[in-house]
Amino acid sequence: MIDGSFLGDLASATFRNATPLVYGTAGETVTERSGVLNLGIEGTMYVGAFTGFAVAWWVGDPLIGLLAAIVAGLLAGAVMGFLTVTLGANQHVSGLGLTIGLIGLSELGNRLLLSGSELQKIQPFPQWNPLAGLGDIGLVFQQYGLTYAAFLLVAPATWWLIGRTPFGLSLRAVGENPEAADAAGISVARTRYAALMIGGALMAVGGAFLTLAVLGAFTLDIIAGRGWVCLALVIFGRWGIWRGVLGALIFAFVYSLGLRLQIMPGFDGIPRELMLALPYLAVIAALALSGRNAPYPGAYLKPYRRS
Amino acid sequence: MGSATPGADGLPAVRLTGITKRFGDLVANDGVDLDVGRGEVHALLGENGAGKTTLMRILYGLTSADAGAVEVDGRPVTIRSPKDAIAAGIGMVTQHFSLVRPMTVAENLALGRARGARLDLEAARRHAREASERYGIAVDPDARVGDLSVGEQQRVEILKALARDCRVLILDEPTAVLVPQEVDALFATLRRLIADGLAIVFISHKLGEVRAISHRVSVLRRGVLVGTAPGDTDEKELARMMVGRPTFGVSRPDPIAHAADEPAVLQVTGLSAAGAHGLPAVRDVSIAVRAGEIVGIAGVSGNGQTELVEVLTGMRRPTAGSATVGGTPIAGASPAAVMAAGLGRIPEDRHASLVLDLPVELNLVMERIADFTGPGGLDHAAIRRNAVELIARFRIKARPEDRVGTLSGGNIQKVLLARVLAREPRAIVIAQPTRGLDVGASEYVRGEILARRAAGAAILLVSEDLDELLTLSDRVVVLYEGRVVGEMPSEKADPERLGLLMAGREVAA
Ligand SMILES: Nc1ncnc2c1ncn2[C@@H]1O[C@H](COP(=O)(O)OP(=O)(O)OP(=O)(O)O)[C@@H](O)[C@H]1O
Ligand SMILES: [Mg+2]
Repeated sequence: MIDGSFLGDLASATFRNATPLVYGTAGETVTERSGVLNLGIEGTMYVGAFTGFAVAWWVGDPLIGLLAAIVAGLLAGAVMGFLTVTLGANQHVSGLGLTIGLIGLSELGNRLLLSGSELQKIQPFPQWNPLAGLGDIGLVFQQYGLTYAAFLLVAPATWWLIGRTPFGLSLRAVGENPEAADAAGISVARTRYAALMIGGALMAVGGAFLTLAVLGAFTLDIIAGRGWVCLALVIFGRWGIWRGVLGALIFAFVYSLGLRLQIMPGFDGIPRELMLALPYLAVIAALALSGRNAPYPGAYLKPYRRS
Repeated sequence: MGSATPGADGLPAVRLTGITKRFGDLVANDGVDLDVGRGEVHALLGENGAGKTTLMRILYGLTSADAGAVEVDGRPVTIRSPKDAIAAGIGMVTQHFSLVRPMTVAENLALGRARGARLDLEAARRHAREASERYGIAVDPDARVGDLSVGEQQRVEILKALARDCRVLILDEPTAVLVPQEVDALFATLRRLIADGLAIVFISHKLGEVRAISHRVSVLRRGVLVGTAPGDTDEKELARMMVGRPTFGVSRPDPIAHAADEPAVLQVTGLSAAGAHGLPAVRDVSIAVRAGEIVGIAGVSGNGQTELVEVLTGMRRPTAGSATVGGTPIAGASPAAVMAAGLGRIPEDRHASLVLDLPVELNLVMERIADFTGPGGLDHAAIRRNAVELIARFRIKARPEDRVGTLSGGNIQKVLLARVLAREPRAIVIAQPTRGLDVGASEYVRGEILARRAAGAAILLVSEDLDELLTLSDRVVVLYEGRVVGEMPSEKADPERLGLLMAGREVAA
């Protein structure tokens, strides 16, 4: 059964399933480099998925939905900034609270706006296939625009932003030694707000990808822990985007393979649960191997306040 | 210098009036007035915790004052953040490095200056090299700050402030980590800067330096400005103004007689170790320290002292050789095992040796928590008693419950010393014991070290203060590029001879 079309389909699914993770990981990487852990990621992806869908459904255009998701992500980041930067609240508590709040809000909105007898659907983003003529290999390139953007735009741009721009320099300084950044005339608060909002927008796009592209619908528990996976991928990536993307691809590969093996003859003896757990076990193994001596940003989890 | 020549044109570049700052019920600055003229070096003196750093942090916008006003060039300015201070032409080298350790020197210099969409690393590097040449301060733009010795980091700090073209430069204990040659180089730079009309505030505990470079000296005592004197006021008078009483130097009592075959307590044999990037930093070093003896290590910073101390304190693995305390091997052992062997460790990086977020009392028992644990967990009453006793004995200006991070630089150092010396270790490895301490406190700490020597401890002392090294040590060992290049009794060592050895110009027989 493992033939060309199986492999092409598997590779294609790997990139597709990695897409929301790449957005989430990029967003969380930017955020954490400023010294803030954003556990609101799961909720931010969720609200992105919901807002994107609801607006697209209302207006009838997924592109407007995507913009709405970005706005929702910016707002979610700003709220996290208000809690952790302005108020100096505990980052764990703030992030978890944000996730719970945003999921609650989305579900409330879903019940008020969309719930009826049948599942509401929109016309999702189309897939592109520039290399359809290549057969099985061409299958790999049959992807949504957002997937192309994730790998060809967002990942390199994140790398550029962190390593090659004055903002990135400030970002890293604020995350490592906020006192030094402050003494150099950099506003720690403004930098962290910016990081949280950029990160929030990216996370929300990751969530919206699921409703606006893959499904064309919003269902409860649509994010299904992808935000938590991104948190692990940031550590696996050692706060660098390229290793984070690699981690996302590995996870998505194992995940996609598991889904396909379930329906392959000869593999039906393996419990379904094990197949589903496989990618998560892979994350745990990868973390155990690479998480040691992880170069956490120096000011990780620490609020900054002048005396 | 040292004369009371007023600034180039006598105009104050910056004037502080009525600055007051309270931390809880502690008054760190109490209605302080201070002005610095263009072309003037104005020194700020005071005991540890007198409020010097606080005053300067207020001027630089790192701390907000409760009351008071700032004028720059005769115009009132409001300084809410370092950004405002930088805009007003004020630059500061803080007492504790504010550098980003994982970044390179060039990146640190570019911090807060780089603008636009693209970070031009090549330009940053060029800029760092230019600044380094212009001010005669040697740094490698591509070195990672975390890999540099403290002395080198200090140079980067100074360069960082200068590279911003400030008109008022605050230097908070810039020489604390510099060797004499570096101090001379810094002073030459400062003289060039005042000739250009810069106003400089210079904080130091070294009265000789203060007299050498300043036009005027202001003295703070418990937050109050007790007076301003001409720069050439004699040292005894300055010390009296600071502490309110005359001070006396310490002197080393006669050496304890040793039998020729007496075994050393601390024995280092053929020790080698790698430094940052795996390059050899300590090469085949052998040193023996007997009971009741102080052996001093002299050397320009970055010649293997840091790594040697790290190996001896269990923080770095040696690549070859051995070290023993009372016969127990300690090289490559864990810090706990090193301490169990009877070694007391006072490394040079204070901030890495203390938990800044924990109170003084817990930091004081950190190395022997087991002694303070009862059947029901930590014995808080005993911990408090211990803290009260050590705070009084070492004259630490803090309460047991204060977080160490809020203490003044000198008092942080005292906490570390108290923790180690109170355990009465049989061997002590101590690096830069009086760095950042005021005159009275330095004297006290040196007295404590000599008291440990009299009690029979074997002490290995690393210090960049040659006077201190020669006063305290029975023998001096000179390190150059990780090797022992000379060893002599301190009576036979004079600063010139040591200077040559430290510069690698001469190898003693
Ligand atoms: N953020 C803070 N919170 C509470 N107390 C503080 C804080 N910063 C400084 N202090 C206290 O204010 C006093 C003055 O400290 P400061 O650092 O200005 O002293 P200093 O003169 O610079 O001493 P040193 O020579 O040791 O550096 C000290 O008692 C210190 O403990
Ligand atoms: Mg100070």
